[in-house]
Amino acid sequence: MRDALVETSALDDIDRKLINALQGDFPLVREPYRQVAETLGLDEAELLRRLDAMLERRVLTRFGPMFQIERAGGAFVLAAMRVPDVDFERVAAQVNAFAEVAHNYRREHALNMWFVLATATPQGIPEAIAAIEAATGLPVFAFPKEREYFVEMKLHA
Amino acid sequence: MPDAAIKPELDGVDRRLIVATQAGLPRVSRPYDTLALELGIAPDDVLARLQRMLDSGVIRRIGAVPNHYAIGYTANGMSVWDVDDSRIDELGVQVGALPFVTHCYRRPRRLPDWPYNLFAMVHSQNRAEVAARVAEIAVLLGDACRGHDILYSTAILKKTGLRITG
Repeated sequence: MRDALVETSALDDIDRKLINALQGDFPLVREPYRQVAETLGLDEAELLRRLDAMLERRVLTRFGPMFQIERAGGAFVLAAMRVPDVDFERVAAQVNAFAEVAHNYRREHALNMWFVLATATPQGIPEAIAAIEAATGLPVFAFPKEREYFVEMKLHA
Repeated sequence: MPDAAIKPELDGVDRRLIVATQAGLPRVSRPYDTLALELGIAPDDVLARLQRMLDSGVIRRIGAVPNHYAIGYTANGMSVWDVDDSRIDELGVQVGALPFVTHCYRRPRRLPDWPYNLFAMVHSQNRAEVAARVAEIAVLLGDACRGHDILYSTAILKKTGLRITG
């Protein structure tokens, strides 16, 4: 299980500037890193070195396109489980082993495990839920999105 | 926002491009050239396909996904609300427009276990600040809201993003 807390003091001002700049629109040009580096007054090698380091340290969890897979015929669904504390690690490992689980959080509530399923087709969702229920022996509550009022993908570092 | 009614046409190459980039972009000087080589198409074709997917909303954006704990947002509250069905859409848009709400959705209730139908994520430096912001949401919802809760995250168990097999 990955630890929730990462040391924030390890980030310097350039890292923070880079995180903020890279959450914007990454350019669709042949040498995009060089273009971003120039706007920040860095050289490309330095930017790539810092980007690699932040991915390695899990300060960044990903760098690339964020897909709205519903628009490509797929599906995202938020789901939750009520997991007994004594079984939590086992169930987390079982749930995380599914490639369909895009992310998973522990939360303070009777429903204490919240994860997002992402599948290439809508039918993949009930299949994944049935498989997770079979693997863990616990019921899964599905919370499909009925309306999206707002989504902001950027957080100021 | 692109019109949700537009169904973008994706071909097999687009799908291969999704699979090739869902774990991330290559971190080399010419990342789109690397993808082009992998897919057997021209670099300009990679750029054009990514641009089309951005335009149609298949890609929300291209960039970095921070671990919010690591950049100082140590209090992550999923606020959940039981809102009058006849008013939720009008109010959901208003809650989503609050500057500190990062995601806001309507979802089904799961009675009797779960009475909440509005979800609004609030990220902050500490729980007191999250609670203060949640109180602002409560004021906005007023008597349309019958109850609410805040579910704080205590661990990221997984955060890999999408992994489809094409």
